[in-house]
Amino acid sequence: MNMPAVGNTPDYSALPLSDLDISDPRMFQFDYWHGLFARLRAEAPVHFQPSSPAGPFWSVTRYEDIVAIERNTEVFSSEPSIAILDPEPDMILKMFIAMDPPEHDDQRRAVHHVVAPRNLKEFEGLIRERTAAVLDELPENEPFDWVTSVSRDLTTKMLATLFDYPWAERNNLTDWSDMFTNDERITAGEGVPRDVIVEHMTACLQRFTELWHERKGDGKEAFDLIRMLQADPNTANMVDDPLTYMGNIMLLIVGGNDTTRNSMSGGVIFLNQFPDQMAKVRANPDLIPAMVSEIIRFQTPLPHMRRTATQDVSFGGQQIAKGDKVVLWYVSGNYDESVIDRPNDFWIERPNVRGHLSFGAGIHRCMGNRLAEMQLRILWEETLKRFRTIELAGEPERTCNLFIRGFTRLPVRVTRF
Amino acid sequence: MTVVTFVQHDGSERMVDGDAGLSLMETALKHDVPGIDADCGGGAICGTCHCFVEASGELTAPDAQETAMLGLRPDRAENSRLACQIVISEGMADIKVRLPEFQM
Repeated sequence: MNMPAVGNTPDYSALPLSDLDISDPRMFQFDYWHGLFARLRAEAPVHFQPSSPAGPFWSVTRYEDIVAIERNTEVFSSEPSIAILDPEPDMILKMFIAMDPPEHDDQRRAVHHVVAPRNLKEFEGLIRERTAAVLDELPENEPFDWVTSVSRDLTTKMLATLFDYPWAERNNLTDWSDMFTNDERITAGEGVPRDVIVEHMTACLQRFTELWHERKGDGKEAFDLIRMLQADPNTANMVDDPLTYMGNIMLLIVGGNDTTRNSMSGGVIFLNQFPDQMAKVRANPDLIPAMVSEIIRFQTPLPHMRRTATQDVSFGGQQIAKGDKVVLWYVSGNYDESVIDRPNDFWIERPNVRGHLSFGAGIHRCMGNRLAEMQLRILWEETLKRFRTIELAGEPERTCNLFIRGFTRLPVRVTRF
Repeated sequence: MTVVTFVQHDGSERMVDGDAGLSLMETALKHDVPGIDADCGGGAICGTCHCFVEASGELTAPDAQETAMLGLRPDRAENSRLACQIVISEGMADIKVRLPEFQM
């Protein structure tokens, strides 16, 4: 396998297909993945890699193939895991993202309403207020790190708002979320061992269990995610089943964290790379919702999800065996030139701008998609209102993680109106 | 000509002419009828064109994919359908659908 470093990226056009490594997170860290997936889409759209730190797996890279597999939940199961790594037998969390129908449907419906647009309206004012406060604090005319000062801070505050989590402890939420996705086997060894992750999960579960009991029956209005779970007959006793409670909490904090955070950072870069698009949205703020969708496509903050074959199956001319891992590369589907016109252009007014794969497709399509869109919409409404210029003040540093496309640092300079 | 009536969540109604070959989702978009998002563009893989059929002639039953997507809706009812999966045919009876409070 290749071990590329900065300035030493593999020449994907020259390597034999059998030598392509689709498991190395440095392709996202150093942003050289475009060539790899373009080659796979063209020459090996259903590709098998026999060995990797996460074991053997198939890669599916074309938009239409990804959708076909997402639709076929009987043959391509979400159990036992939607991550490339299998769950450890010591802690199999029950989360509906890693379940098949009919169990999946009941569990998802039970918590779906907490992120329903009806409830989001209640949160919108508070989120806007907190977003405005964060932006008002930013220094003018001197470089700062957008990741720390805006994306990370805002996502943490929004999560704390949604959970009504103790404000002084709110950084726990983001730290836990980072920890859960930081397994050393998908971070080129830069992450942490599995037992450290389990320790943090235990601490997280303990804190959320305390909060559950403090709130249960306190008569306050169900305005936060914990009280909403308590108020619904289907989930009123969820705390009694710790693996299910922890699974749902984790899903909500991870699902609402890296995804939104990294799209918040990505947007700044794209608008700088495509100044004509910045001019367009400044001239017509009604384009912000479409821009949000295009940011989410362009960033694809979760580059893949995994399915597992429940039987031997022929797909795309390949023989997939029962038990094989099948990785759906959303990041590739989102740049598939056969479906997405001019995929490498950040193009706010593209036809069917919402038709990207970043939220997945089918029954596992991101449950929090409307919440994510609302958070990003508010951020850009408030940002464009305040700042005359938003410029990059240095090179972005990217996350080294196979499951996450994001940023660890993004130097930015702003000037106000 | 098939007349399609869209009833908004607030009760307001809009009647439009339905062209054969277009789905109800496409019909709504063509006439700028709000309340249908249609994120995925018609593949029954996003569920954001949910509607309730209030009156119609005989319709083709939902297929497995549509049924699976409808199964996720917290507000699913007996008459729930995805508007992208109801395609207007020549001579089809008039149809009236109510739109939900929100799509997600």
